[in-house]
Amino acid sequence: MSAPVPLPAWADRLLMPLLALATAALAAALLLFGIGENPADALAIMLRGALGSGEGIGFTLYYATNFIFTGLAVALAYHAGLFNIGAEGQATMAGIGAALFIFAAEPITQGFLLIPIGIVGAMIFGAVWAAIPGWLQAWRGSHVVITTIMFNFLAAIVSVYLLVNVIGKEGSMQPETRLIADGAQLWTMQAMLGALGFKSPSTPLNFAFVLALLAAFAVWVLIFRSKFGFHLRLIGTGNDAARYAGINTQRMIVLAMALSGALAAGMAVNEVMGVQHRVVIEFTSGYGFVGIAVALMGRNHPVGVILSALLFGALYQGGTELAFERPAITRDLIVTLSGLVIFCVGALDQLYRKPLAQLLARREPG
Amino acid sequence: MRVHSDPGGTSPPAIVFDHIDKRFGAVHANRSIHLAIARGDIHALVGENGAGKSTLMSILFGFYQADSGRILIDGQESKITSPSDAIASGIGMVHQHFMLVEPMSVADNLMLGHEGGFALAGGRKALLAKLDALARDYDLTIEPDAIVSDLPVGLQQRVELLKSLVRDADILVLDEPTAVLTPGEADRLFALLRDLKARGKTIILITHKLREVMEIADRVSVLRQGACVGTYPIVDTNEAALAEAMIGRRVHMPERADTLADDEPLLTVEALCVRDARGGMAVKDVSLMVRPGEILGIAGVAGNGQTELLEALAGLRAATSGSIRFKNSDISHATPADLHALGIRHIPEDRLRYALAYPFAVWENCLIGADDEQGSLIARQTVMGDAARLMQAYDVRPADPLLRAGALSGGNQQKLVLGREIEQRPRLLLVGQPTRGVDIGAIAFIHRRLLDLRAQGVAILLVSVELDEILRLSDRILVMQEGRIAGERRAGETDERDLGLLMAGIA
Repeated sequence: MSAPVPLPAWADRLLMPLLALATAALAAALLLFGIGENPADALAIMLRGALGSGEGIGFTLYYATNFIFTGLAVALAYHAGLFNIGAEGQATMAGIGAALFIFAAEPITQGFLLIPIGIVGAMIFGAVWAAIPGWLQAWRGSHVVITTIMFNFLAAIVSVYLLVNVIGKEGSMQPETRLIADGAQLWTMQAMLGALGFKSPSTPLNFAFVLALLAAFAVWVLIFRSKFGFHLRLIGTGNDAARYAGINTQRMIVLAMALSGALAAGMAVNEVMGVQHRVVIEFTSGYGFVGIAVALMGRNHPVGVILSALLFGALYQGGTELAFERPAITRDLIVTLSGLVIFCVGALDQLYRKPLAQLLARREPG
Repeated sequence: MRVHSDPGGTSPPAIVFDHIDKRFGAVHANRSIHLAIARGDIHALVGENGAGKSTLMSILFGFYQADSGRILIDGQESKITSPSDAIASGIGMVHQHFMLVEPMSVADNLMLGHEGGFALAGGRKALLAKLDALARDYDLTIEPDAIVSDLPVGLQQRVELLKSLVRDADILVLDEPTAVLTPGEADRLFALLRDLKARGKTIILITHKLREVMEIADRVSVLRQGACVGTYPIVDTNEAALAEAMIGRRVHMPERADTLADDEPLLTVEALCVRDARGGMAVKDVSLMVRPGEILGIAGVAGNGQTELLEALAGLRAATSGSIRFKNSDISHATPADLHALGIRHIPEDRLRYALAYPFAVWENCLIGADDEQGSLIARQTVMGDAARLMQAYDVRPADPLLRAGALSGGNQQKLVLGREIEQRPRLLLVGQPTRGVDIGAIAFIHRRLLDLRAQGVAILLVSVELDEILRLSDRILVMQEGRIAGERRAGETDERDLGLLMAGIA
């Protein structure tokens, strides 16, 4: 999709997201002011909560890990002209996949080999769950926006069924699996830093964060440096140049969706293998949807995705602290605040484009 | 006889562009253009693509604002900041790509934006009265309830023109009006323009066909690189002088050498039928063949099945029946990738849709359909070097491989596509409208390259609506009319009039 009004790259990539963010902050400030809270205090609490301590930073990066994976999933599909809003469902199925693969392999090994096995299981399940809507669009013409939404619901229903009836912990009323073997659990950041001689607080942050950064680099290489990525972007231009070039566009659409789903699976790896060490019902908690805003704000570039994932991570962690410290501010209000950010960054993204372009054009020498 | 209605200059000119200057960033689109259009004149505006014609007209019509300079209408400075200001000042525009709502009726299209209140009945009545008056004054009848998409292109253009006339425009701007017309339709349009002129309308004609300028205009202004290099009375100039003024140097159009030796056909098409996007039969029972070292020209008014024929041959559209063979292999169901492997390349009619990705850099565009040699990672430095060389060899300017393809002018885009496809060493080249939207200098260049390929023994199938081009390049000519081959001619045994009759389905 081409922007209707061209802006210089720096304005498009930096100024526009910052302006959108400022708008969200202003709206949030008005909201807080309206319920009798001091917006400046609230902001201070959020900043301190997210970045003011080792523990806060750990939590911020843990949330960011989820957002990097789901943001990359949305961004990669977007480059192929596909709007994958099914990262939530793909991650749900990926969690099941990781558990199934690990449980199946546990009789054979209890060692670290379980980690790649779990990751592969997650990626296969996530990829397949995304490839089906891709296949439906490529061959049957049903739009992925519709089908991926429906597949989110399907994933939720299937996962409940599996957790209650098939792979649930025996003798438990909780819809969740038993714990995965120690060998399948990702190293915590505390343990990794400890091995290097650094002391750090105990947080959910784990090796999946490193995997997320590696995935971002891999996605960058794939999209901007590889022949596959070139074909992917050619399809994403929306014209028939890809077909003219001899590319099998239907196959590419299925592959792009599969890769997108495999990236969304990273979120399940973080939660299931890094934090919960089992599959809990609804462990995806909306991270897949936030991934859409993360990708939009990050301009679908891996570096942008990392930066906006960090921002949303800080927002989540800071918001949690704020709800904790200010009784008048409930968890729901935090959801509202992140909703405002998503709204301003995602839906109102074009709000400043035209005036900004006019302003810049006027300043053009001539 | 040509009448200069205002030879003495007693009344002010209809329009004066008073030192209009406009920049877009680094591009100086209009350089202090000073130009007067006399009332009652047919004033042609010629220039290569990117010479600044469209910018100047967009400023007149209020789409852009000039950085400096004024526009005087009838001697009065006028502030035109929007198309509705332009319409209020009596300026009407007939766009090259019609601004019509196709599923709506003629009357609805004419009323759009001038409904005359909440209820449509009153506006419609006024409109019909006006149409009657126009039909009396000019030979301009049209069925108000006809659906625009059902009308032939010539009549659609008439609707576009009527849009200006029902708004009482005194000054009409026509942008490449004959691009979509048969020679016969163009003659009728010119008769109408003379009629309008006789009743005092002022007409600005933007065109790249110098023959038309000589035929109909009173005066002609030449723009080059944003500046007006001269305004000449038609009686004082000629085609060659205008061409030279447009590009600042002499252009030699290449000549076709004699027909080469007969050979076995490389491409054989038999009884081909192809449906268009809407399901109608666009290509009906077409048979043809092309030999190595031969250019087969396919002439016809746009929209007579040539597009679908070309797409079917290029593997982009499935044929309904019939067969396509390349040497002895059946390629009726081949994909573009299969065709590439056989050495069949395609320069499509629609650059934007097929051949280029506008948001991508030029060097990436050099890889479209041409990246078989690349490994899984693209060798950027090599490709960029190759792209720079290709831009040099095919005169693509500015020669910067990092530029977005969309930032190149039409002629340079076309040279880029031409270069990319020729560099793939084709045995058969399918070419659609190779010089559409391309300036004279580039046309000569493109024609020379196609003739070079012919001399090297490449088989070329050329689809074009420009009869000049067909006649200059082709060894044999097929005329398509309503999806069928209306006739075949050998080069040298036909002319524009003969082909025009075939195109109109009369012969």
